[in-house]
Amino acid sequence: MKLTRRDVIKAQAAAVAASVAGISMPSQATNLITSSAENQIQWDKAPCRFCGTGCSVSVGTKAGKVVATHGDQLSPVNRGLNCIKGYFLAKIMYGRDRLTQPLLRKSNGVYDKNGEFTPVSWDEAFDIMAEKWKATLKAKGPEAIGMFGSGQWTVWEGYAASKLMKAGFRSNNLEPNARHCMASAVAGFMRTFGIDEPMGCYDDFEHADAFVLWGSNMAEMHPILWTRITDRRLSHPHVKVVVMSTYQHRSFDLADIPMVFKPQTDLIIANALANYLIENNKVNRDFVAKHVNFRKGTDDIGYGLRPEHPLEQKAKNAAHANDSEGIDFQAYAEFVKPYTLAHAAKESGVSEKALRELAEIYADPKTKVMSLWTMGVNQHTRGVWMNNMIYNLHLLTGKISEPGNSPFSLTGQPSACGTAREVGTFAHRLPADLVVTNEQHRQIAEKIWRLPAGTIPSKVGAHAALQNRHLKDGKINCYWVQVNNNMQAAANMMEETYPGYRNPENFIVVSDAYPTVTCEAADLILPTAMWVEKEGAYGNAERRTQFWHQLTQAPGESRSDLWQLMEFAKRFTMEDVWPAELLVENPDYKGRSMFDVLFRNGNVDRYGLDQVDKKYANDEAESFGFYVQKGLFEEYAEFGRGHGHDLAPFDRYHQERGLRWPVVDGNETLWRFREGYDPYVEPGRGVQFYGKPDGRAIIFALPFEPAAESPDAEYDLWLSTGRVLEHWHSGSMTQRVPELYKAVPDALCYMHPDDARSRGLRRGDEITVASRRGEIRTRVETRGRNKPPVGLIFVPWFDASQLINKCTLDAVDPISKQTDYKKCAVKVAKV
Amino acid sequence: MKKLLAVCSLMVLVNFALADNQVASLRGSADLLDNAAAPAMAAEINNDQRRVRDYPMAAPTIPHKIEGYQIDLAANKCLSCHNRLRVADSQAPMISVTHFMNRDGNFLADVSPNRYFCTQCHASQLSVKLLIENDFVSMDELFTPASTRH
Repeated sequence: MKLTRRDVIKAQAAAVAASVAGISMPSQATNLITSSAENQIQWDKAPCRFCGTGCSVSVGTKAGKVVATHGDQLSPVNRGLNCIKGYFLAKIMYGRDRLTQPLLRKSNGVYDKNGEFTPVSWDEAFDIMAEKWKATLKAKGPEAIGMFGSGQWTVWEGYAASKLMKAGFRSNNLEPNARHCMASAVAGFMRTFGIDEPMGCYDDFEHADAFVLWGSNMAEMHPILWTRITDRRLSHPHVKVVVMSTYQHRSFDLADIPMVFKPQTDLIIANALANYLIENNKVNRDFVAKHVNFRKGTDDIGYGLRPEHPLEQKAKNAAHANDSEGIDFQAYAEFVKPYTLAHAAKESGVSEKALRELAEIYADPKTKVMSLWTMGVNQHTRGVWMNNMIYNLHLLTGKISEPGNSPFSLTGQPSACGTAREVGTFAHRLPADLVVTNEQHRQIAEKIWRLPAGTIPSKVGAHAALQNRHLKDGKINCYWVQVNNNMQAAANMMEETYPGYRNPENFIVVSDAYPTVTCEAADLILPTAMWVEKEGAYGNAERRTQFWHQLTQAPGESRSDLWQLMEFAKRFTMEDVWPAELLVENPDYKGRSMFDVLFRNGNVDRYGLDQVDKKYANDEAESFGFYVQKGLFEEYAEFGRGHGHDLAPFDRYHQERGLRWPVVDGNETLWRFREGYDPYVEPGRGVQFYGKPDGRAIIFALPFEPAAESPDAEYDLWLSTGRVLEHWHSGSMTQRVPELYKAVPDALCYMHPDDARSRGLRRGDEITVASRRGEIRTRVETRGRNKPPVGLIFVPWFDASQLINKCTLDAVDPISKQTDYKKCAVKVAKV
Repeated sequence: MKKLLAVCSLMVLVNFALADNQVASLRGSADLLDNAAAPAMAAEINNDQRRVRDYPMAAPTIPHKIEGYQIDLAANKCLSCHNRLRVADSQAPMISVTHFMNRDGNFLADVSPNRYFCTQCHASQLSVKLLIENDFVSMDELFTPASTRH
């Protein structure tokens, strides 16, 4: 055997190791830990802090510190596996720059918008907040305050925020950052099925014969679900994987049918597939006759930009984007008729052969197919349409609501489903799919919350992009951001987000564990407990609700978002927040504190400290004197029980590795809408889409419409943004984990080698990426994991020093109000 | 005059740009509106030296270059050294026994398909300096009696 370079290095390493060991302590060679007490680690379960997959993690604590984490073998989601981020969860709480005390911008000892961040007490922090909130309420009313939360809020944090904003302050200006990732999925579900969230579950992975990715890089963004697809594909040779995207990425490594399509032409491909099914007589006529209605959606709906923007001026139906009219199957067939495979191939750049292979997957009644999508579909100015159009294919073929036949909208955040969607922390929503615009729905909420009729305002609040515009325009003046980094995440930072936060009229509060760029743009920073530093609940993408206990203490004066929300409520009397008329009609509420009315209402304070598991700390229960989390959860669960959103009793979730709702008679529901799986389907119906009054889902006729901004002579490249495997979202946690930081320290501009060459660029060159709105400096990568086609670049957004959202456009889907982060026009130049 | 104005506005801009970042530690000193120079692309550490894991279940990082490694339906370059039958020739560490277990915990004859894409858990490391230190305390440090600590 010849000696390789590697062998020499190994020999040297061994010698070095031996000499080091010899110098220090010889006992290290045999230092088995003999004391069993010392060798013990306390293990508990918690869902992972990162993506919407919802892996369960075993968390090891010792002496008050998290010392290890590994995949939970008992969890049906991940069965002991974690992705690289999950394996390093133990370190996310220990970045050296954790915030440990409130910081207020001050000059000469007093608050100053342009002052230096100065440590203050919680009392002083809440004093200035309350002063600003009260002055604004008095001067302008509740529409001048706003809150931006997150799909990373625990269930009860989102629920408490919803009560505080919608009932306490009487403002619907409450949004989660899930607006950026899941809003199109929500609107898609509501339009097609009348009820939110997937009908299927992860068990579909082990039953499907084909997987179609419609705009999702699961290999990096949902790695553990990707292991389940990989397992299925490699173990069963008949299984096919189709990966569709506007650029080649890691998921293509498993693709049998890879497709790189031109941005926005997914709309054409989806219609072409529907047309193929109809023209080749592959429609499941019986299913369609029994379970489907047809409607034609409004077209020419604009791009959700500011009303004075030329594109909005030009759009005929911007004000009625969500309208539709009933049609029949024949009219739908006529509508999609022009979308031939040949036309789709010409427009998309995908071969007709590949499109036909894909169409056959949906067409063959024996092939069970799972469609999967995330941000490629949702972050799309026609994202709701795309969601509807994917459902069209499953409804035309009846391939839905049974094992392996599953249109599956994946989720980006750990509790985008559990908190943002189910609790309803959007500007138009209330818990369990209720909406503020429906009087009956408001009455249900007011009754459960023990509040007078007329408390909850009926006007839809400002959505995420509109909140930033309102901040810039001085219409929202008091703004509280929790558990997210929206200065980095929101599109068009230079024209909207930054001027909004730094508008001298505004007071911006940011609660976070780490000093993010959003903190930098704030006026007051509140240090916040994270993950297992508090008791929590998340809901993942397959309707699985998972709980965890508080396992460690937050550093310094950090407090959870829940504590902050509830404690802040103590600063207001009802006279401060409600109009005189409401109090005259309901004198019982006079003179009480907002905290008492919202959280000592006989529901939330129903469970005493005796109910708290003595093995675990619970800082919030301790602070407020009752089992806050249980009281909030049980009050919240009233919304859904008996209405298709049933949650199990609180205590059971601490025992289980999560349960998929609706949980009826103690049993979770794996496939909704199908008799035999879903107890809500009436006997004899077979399939019942009970979100709609007549039990029928809707197939929508929707056209192709162009993107809001496309490359031209000057801004000659498409820009797509997104995530990377090693970092989660804006990197505020993962950039502080050494192994993850060193794996991917900086953002790069992924570019086709021909595009680089034609601009005189080489790999590693420093460049500017500039749009009409802003620019960043980065480096060219032509050989990396992402391989864009000519004409498109990809820049990830995790890097706080390369804020790619300076370039992106804040065009949104006019129905869902979700931003398109995948398409705008930029140019690249050498620095 | 025009020139003077341009110079003045440039100075204002420069002043603006120099307004220091106060807390956003991942950005160094660059103000939010400013764009600092992009750091040069660093090389992958390629010294083949095994690293201590902070806890036994942490996925080991890769101590060599993997740029251009093929891991797809056709081939897996990692396994050409790290698979059980290859380690005698390669002297690379064998993949963990857990990698032969399927989803149900049963051992298979070869690598479990759900472990096929190595880079989902294992990453090489670039030769860069950390931006932010991490104060994670390993269990080993907690085990060590206080008297023997430095």
